[in-house]
Amino acid sequence: MLAAGMGGVRTAGDLVLRMQLAKKMRINEAKAYVAEKLNVSLEELCDVVAMSEVREDLRIGLCHVEPCNLENNGMEAKFRIAEKLGITINSVERFKERSGIK
Amino acid sequence: MTEAKKYFTRLGDGSSIHMTAEEIKADIEAGVADAVDRGKIDALTPEEKQKIFDIVTMPGKIVGVEPGKEIVMSNDSGAYKINVKSGIPISVDTEVLIYERVLGCDSVDVGNTDYNYKTAKGVAKREASKLKNALNISIMPLFYGAMPNLGFYTKPDGPVDNWAVLLPEGRVKESMDAQEEAVHHAVRDIVYVAEQMNDVGADGFQLDTSGAAGDADFLASLKACEEITRKFPNMGVEIGMAGEFVLGMHGKLKYNDVRLAGLYPHKQVKLAEQAGASIFGAVVNTNCNKSFPWNISRVCTFLKACSEAAVIPVHANVGMGVNGIPMCEILPSDMVSRADKAIVEICKLDGF
Repeated sequence: MLAAGMGGVRTAGDLVLRMQLAKKMRINEAKAYVAEKLNVSLEELCDVVAMSEVREDLRIGLCHVEPCNLENNGMEAKFRIAEKLGITINSVERFKERSGIK
Repeated sequence: MTEAKKYFTRLGDGSSIHMTAEEIKADIEAGVADAVDRGKIDALTPEEKQKIFDIVTMPGKIVGVEPGKEIVMSNDSGAYKINVKSGIPISVDTEVLIYERVLGCDSVDVGNTDYNYKTAKGVAKREASKLKNALNISIMPLFYGAMPNLGFYTKPDGPVDNWAVLLPEGRVKESMDAQEEAVHHAVRDIVYVAEQMNDVGADGFQLDTSGAAGDADFLASLKACEEITRKFPNMGVEIGMAGEFVLGMHGKLKYNDVRLAGLYPHKQVKLAEQAGASIFGAVVNTNCNKSFPWNISRVCTFLKACSEAAVIPVHANVGMGVNGIPMCEILPSDMVSRADKAIVEICKLDGF
């Protein structure tokens, strides 16, 4: 993880992996896609300081949150991720179906 | 005469050794040559071999990839490394959050501690409930994971005759029939479990250690993947392999007219693509009696060929005993980080 990993929600590793799973994108294509959708550079995409601010602003979930009424983690963050990346997230769709939203 | 400088490295079993630059270079050449001979693939270039030498001899206990070359990680752990393997009593959904918010993982798979689909089938709805709880509170993609493990379908625990008993008795036809029957049972069980996991919204489905029982085991994974991706298109499938070479326990099984026995990673990945997999988990075995330079050179030769052949993302399995990682329970970060750097920078893989 320290040697080679993006670091999951510390940066945008979770989002890049989502593009690999959903669209079979290889690593460079997936990084470029996510960077464009989040309006950040490729360097910022793997930078924990830059991405903490971006994730907080977009409310797409963080690894370390100062508890407050704007805190977004779990399902509510995934609703926003699906919209931001333009993909279907299976658990978000189930949540909509079962809560009667859809 | 002064003695030649020696560099710290390890054998494939994890024990520490010290090698001169000449010894390391000779092992790099031998490791590449072994992969070329077995896989009928291209050798690494002189520049790539030099890069492996530089990584092996690099100062520092832990090394890392160049900025910009970071990759992502999937998992085949079942999310029970903390609560079961380390004996820390926490629930699975808590373990998922630790992977996400403490360890910085990009994903994790939830799975039964008896990590195979035959066992998971009997408790599939309960497993799905566990996964649903974790999905509601986490952000990163979550898989359900287990092994096809075809051997579990043999008597006395399973329904079909045991081919490992039949083969030494010379009953080849019965052995082949038993394996073919086991494939049907396994595919049915795997797809049933997949349905339960899709029903709670799994992001991915992990077919881990595919091919462990030979070519019939790999066939079960390919057929299950094909059916899962057709029925549940919003749940990507990862096929992770058991070893570098598909054993011909049956010998004549084919998928899309390609004989499975004897396939190496660069050909395995093409079948995973045809079956609809989103991610291919490539494996090259670690030889315990050979040095880390020999093992990682061999690994990079195989994985570079696999990565070049692939259209879908390839994740190298960097767990105990595979892809240059020593065969020991508690892994030494010195060799793990060197294996990671070499695989990412030379083979251009998409993840671990």
